[in-house]
Amino acid sequence: MTDATHSSLLKQGARTVKRNRAEARFKAYGLLAIGIGVLMLLVLLTTIIGRGTGAFQQTYLTLDVTLDAAKIDKKGNRNIDDIKKVSTFGYKPLLVNAFETMVETTEITSDLKPKAMSDILSKGAEAQMRDAVLADPTLIGQTVTFDFLASGRVDGYLKGRVTRDSIANDKNINAEQLDLVDQLRAADVLEKKFNLAFITGADSSDARPEAAGFGVSMVGSLAMMLVVLALALPIGVAASIYLEEFAPKNLITDIIEVNISNLAAVPSIVFGILGLAVFINYMHLPNSAPLVGGLVLTLMTLPTIIISTRASLKSVPPSIRDAALGVGASKMQSVFHHVLPLAAPGILTGTIIGLAQALGETAPLLLIGMVGFIASNGPESISEGLLSPNSAMPAQIYEWAKRADPAFYERAWGGIIILLVFLITMNFVAVMLRRRFERRW
Amino acid sequence: MRDNTQTLEAHVANKSKISATGVQVYYGDNHAIKDVNVEIEDKTVTAFIGPSGCGKSTFLRCINRMNDTIDICRVEGKILIDGEDIYDPAVDPVQLRAKVGMVFQKPNPFPKSIYDNVAYGPRIHGLARNKSELDEIVERALRRGAIWNEVKDRLHAPGTGLSGGQQQRLCIARAVATEPEVLLMDEPCSALDPIATAQVEELIDELRQNYSVVIVTHSMQQAARVSQRTAFFHLGNLVEFGDTDKIFTTPEDPRTESYITGRIG
Repeated sequence: MTDATHSSLLKQGARTVKRNRAEARFKAYGLLAIGIGVLMLLVLLTTIIGRGTGAFQQTYLTLDVTLDAAKIDKKGNRNIDDIKKVSTFGYKPLLVNAFETMVETTEITSDLKPKAMSDILSKGAEAQMRDAVLADPTLIGQTVTFDFLASGRVDGYLKGRVTRDSIANDKNINAEQLDLVDQLRAADVLEKKFNLAFITGADSSDARPEAAGFGVSMVGSLAMMLVVLALALPIGVAASIYLEEFAPKNLITDIIEVNISNLAAVPSIVFGILGLAVFINYMHLPNSAPLVGGLVLTLMTLPTIIISTRASLKSVPPSIRDAALGVGASKMQSVFHHVLPLAAPGILTGTIIGLAQALGETAPLLLIGMVGFIASNGPESISEGLLSPNSAMPAQIYEWAKRADPAFYERAWGGIIILLVFLITMNFVAVMLRRRFERRW
Repeated sequence: MRDNTQTLEAHVANKSKISATGVQVYYGDNHAIKDVNVEIEDKTVTAFIGPSGCGKSTFLRCINRMNDTIDICRVEGKILIDGEDIYDPAVDPVQLRAKVGMVFQKPNPFPKSIYDNVAYGPRIHGLARNKSELDEIVERALRRGAIWNEVKDRLHAPGTGLSGGQQQRLCIARAVATEPEVLLMDEPCSALDPIATAQVEELIDELRQNYSVVIVTHSMQQAARVSQRTAFFHLGNLVEFGDTDKIFTTPEDPRTESYITGRIG
């Protein structure tokens, strides 16, 4: 019974229909944008995981080797100095013998000469035997079972990267060797295993991609992060507190403020060349040292930390400062007893995000030479602490990606997985800290 | 030194606790307080009333030098507390604020426990030698803040978890815990409901036993209820200052009359 001149609430007017349509369209755009984002992320993650997981597995051959005393300890007196005189070259015959024995005693057959058979192993196999003997000379004369790394080509064959077609012009491997590999695989002595050495080990030369590891560059990155944390956090927080709470608001502080924001936008390569000019050429700090890398990354991270710290100091309500001053606290007491604890979660989050940024930074490291080729495992490669030449995770990835052998390419993807795990963990910690310490007032 | 003692005696005789002469306040170019002279007595409640922006809060904040935290603010003239000029270069504002406590418009407890809120002032001023002394101070302050009975069982609960009225009384307890001689209150009830307001007003009346209380309020009824002396500010001028009864019944200045009858403000 509505009056004809009044519009009914049950019927949408033309304008309302138009507005509702616009809103529906906007929602659809939003969904589309999110959809595209998620799709990109999925493509990225599947690519990285698909290509990188191979690096965490490596092909090993289990082989019994008789450590013939006549070959490696000719004098027979087990004198460690004499044994050391035998180079890895001297161990080659042992390997050849082992293959010979294998063909004689098992059902495995091959037309290849034993020497050619032994080429399916990594070029580091002899060194592996020598290291074992030097570590324990009593092994001499015994038959020892070794897990040898297979060569990069064999590993690629098992992972599908190398095929019988692709090796047509390859001097490193031939079809007969692949026949042998197939038999060894059937006999369960050649198989893919989890590759701990990739996570803990050092880089290797171009000829031995199967032995290359990420561990030493992880240590390099860690050392740099320690330097960044030790320098950037105290300097950044102190600078922010002074600027935000104590500094008079005048032209000079305005200029400083603008410049800090500008510094945050300076391309990282500029910091790299600055580090090269100042820390290495002028101050004569060593090349490739995590200390220098850390200093450069500190310069880069400082603006991030200062900006986020100032933002979190600003977000503390002024009433808290008034309250503290009102009961007779000094400026410093009000800052350190009340403002800083309330700003701490934000400061921590900003610091961790800044660190994560620094961890993934490559360009400045290339300029200061943080792409050191460190082939030795373990403590000797980092004996000089922050001054021993090293690489860093992203620089190592870059190094591998530009090498010719596709086996290194796979390792570059593997390195990316490890780097991403670090970054995601750091961001996760940042979120958790914020949740945990967030206080409301 | 002799001079000081004499002025001090003179003021005690006068019962005047705070004496302001020729106070001018500038925010940059803005002349916010114009030549204010006022004598505030000990153990009385003095109310500052006036329309928004008239300078009453600004003047209140001059008394404990809270305006120092504002860069562009400049104060001229003399404010004496017990005969000592608080704007003397030798005066440390931090020491002054321990003597002149302040309660703010919006309840602003620290995001800490109720106990820590009250204990903070005594701790930083070293008023307690040990834990039991501190406990006593906290209990005394909370009793004076008329909130002890409500919180005695949950002293370690966060102060921010209390209701608005309780928070404001907690802030009053926090202010009195440092044993100030003057208590400044900047619209302490503006964020409170009528019941909480009544509780705080009752409390202000009790606080008069021990302190000189200065309260800024927008509510003329409140000024009439709690104060003995009232000052009316208008556009940065102190228009009229006198006994509350007199200001509200027979104001001398036409502006005061217009304001209290609701024609301006």
